[in-house]
Amino acid sequence: METSRKLIRKQSLEKLYNQLSATRKVYAPVIADDKQVEFKYNPGFAEVTFEHIRSTLSVKNIAFPKVENLFLYSNGKTESTITDIDLNKIPEVVLWGSHPCDNAAFDALRSIFEWDIKDEFFSKRMEKLVVIGLSCHLSDAYCFCTSVGLAPNSSKGSDILLSPLHNGDYQADILTEKGASIVNSFSELFESTSGEEVVLTTVKQKFDHEKVTSKLNGAFEHPFWVENSLRCIGCGACAYVCPTCACFDIQDETRGKNGKRYRSWDSCGFSMFTLHTSGHNPRNVQSARWRQRIMHKFSYMPDRNQSLGCVGCGRCSSGCPVDMNIAEQLEALQNI
Amino acid sequence: MNNLIARAKELLENKIVQVIVGYEAGPTGVARPAFITNPAKADLLIYDERCVQNLAVYLTKPEVRNLGKMAIVATLPVMRSIMMLISEQQIFADNIIVLGVSSDGSLLDIADIKVMQAYIEKSDLGNPVKDRALLVELNKLSKEERFAYWQKELSKCIKCYACRQACPLCYCTRCTVEVNQPQWIPVQSNTHGNMEWHILRAMHLAGRCISCGECGRACPVGIPCHLLTMQLADEVHNYFKVYAGTSEKMSSVLSTFEPNDKESFII
Repeated sequence: METSRKLIRKQSLEKLYNQLSATRKVYAPVIADDKQVEFKYNPGFAEVTFEHIRSTLSVKNIAFPKVENLFLYSNGKTESTITDIDLNKIPEVVLWGSHPCDNAAFDALRSIFEWDIKDEFFSKRMEKLVVIGLSCHLSDAYCFCTSVGLAPNSSKGSDILLSPLHNGDYQADILTEKGASIVNSFSELFESTSGEEVVLTTVKQKFDHEKVTSKLNGAFEHPFWVENSLRCIGCGACAYVCPTCACFDIQDETRGKNGKRYRSWDSCGFSMFTLHTSGHNPRNVQSARWRQRIMHKFSYMPDRNQSLGCVGCGRCSSGCPVDMNIAEQLEALQNI
Repeated sequence: MNNLIARAKELLENKIVQVIVGYEAGPTGVARPAFITNPAKADLLIYDERCVQNLAVYLTKPEVRNLGKMAIVATLPVMRSIMMLISEQQIFADNIIVLGVSSDGSLLDIADIKVMQAYIEKSDLGNPVKDRALLVELNKLSKEERFAYWQKELSKCIKCYACRQACPLCYCTRCTVEVNQPQWIPVQSNTHGNMEWHILRAMHLAGRCISCGECGRACPVGIPCHLLTMQLADEVHNYFKVYAGTSEKMSSVLSTFEPNDKESFII
């Protein structure tokens, strides 16, 4: 589809939000009581923030919820009955005001969930998702989108990308059919663009991801991993706040005769993640697990999925209790 | 701080220890753990108000132990954690050199465990002042209101277990949550299961928590889960008149029977 550019005035943006919110689920960022930025369903427009750098959690749960029921079962005396989940009940969701890094992350997730066999849960959720992204006019020391081939106004993953103008209005780039369909439904709210310059933040490039990828090839046994992961305490915070981490655990939970099989987020940083039934654990120390995290995102995924596994949002580092700063480590890795 | 660096250099140069576990400043200015093995790098060590992490968590980490004998920069909570770890036979007193730092940042002369014990005994062992105030507020609430408060807070939990991993006293190699036959705690994160996890964690730390607040600090979604263990530290002190981490031979209050134990709380 040919992309197009329009202008949307601040007052019209509020109208657009309210009209979307009146008819469907809109997932938008707010500043919670405890000052953390979180996405909520259908908050009032006044509550929606346009001034956040990053939400505490990413928005990946829209396509890959922290818990997803796979099927329900009922155990009889001799046999079990399985009930599939009705995927048609997955609602249409408009993701509002998510930043370009988070939106690009849906592509990275797609490269995993639709790699060979399409994951029907993920695919259905993506099909029902419309992304109205918001370019960044703010950033901090943890941001590194420009080091992974993105920018504060990357359009990857957005259906419509809003970019702020000096006077409080927004430039709207209409990027996909889904985006065009929204613009067509509310065409009275959009005007021709005046060509005014957008307000964007500058994010300094910290490393060259291609150089990192080529260095990682052959760096498996490098002393770097032990030296640089001594302080890692092996929690799953980095993986759970990460917009592209896709590992999950599958569990059955039964009560009486009935139960469900679900999948829930997991993390390669956990010591039990690769524990075999035999008792053998191929990644039995934290350095091996930290290496896996970086290798997967910057070597295995580019190699197998033709996608980096990182969008430079910086959450893993800002949320880490022991300052495992991934950008700093990648910068060091390109020079080993 | 200069005294600390000089002492660290001396210990490494004279091969008394192989590693100094202390703090350094990261690229964003955050203080973080540092593992100094080369005396020339001792200058990286810092100690100021940013240095809040409880470093004792590294005393049981295999890869840190592999580096050899260690000296650890120790604030009061670190010293109390060391006492608990010795008492629970996780570490040997002889294998550690304690680089004690007082609340104003000056280097203390902690020659051995006895000196450390004396220092701990004359310190304020209650919960940190800011947390005391929060607990007072929480305890003013009715039971229902308090339950609602914790339900709201714990619904945010994503089960990343940063609270567990950051705690020096959560050293089990296989935690109850990782036992799946039977599955005591649901793997998925939901409000009910999250509450089960946090209650279990708090109970396992009752009488062992040394009130460092590290679990709450580590939480990426900002749950003040340290208030649960701190409340229990208060309860334990009320009932048993003991503070955790005050001796190298602590009797665990929840697994030791004394004929004169108060029984008023047993229904």
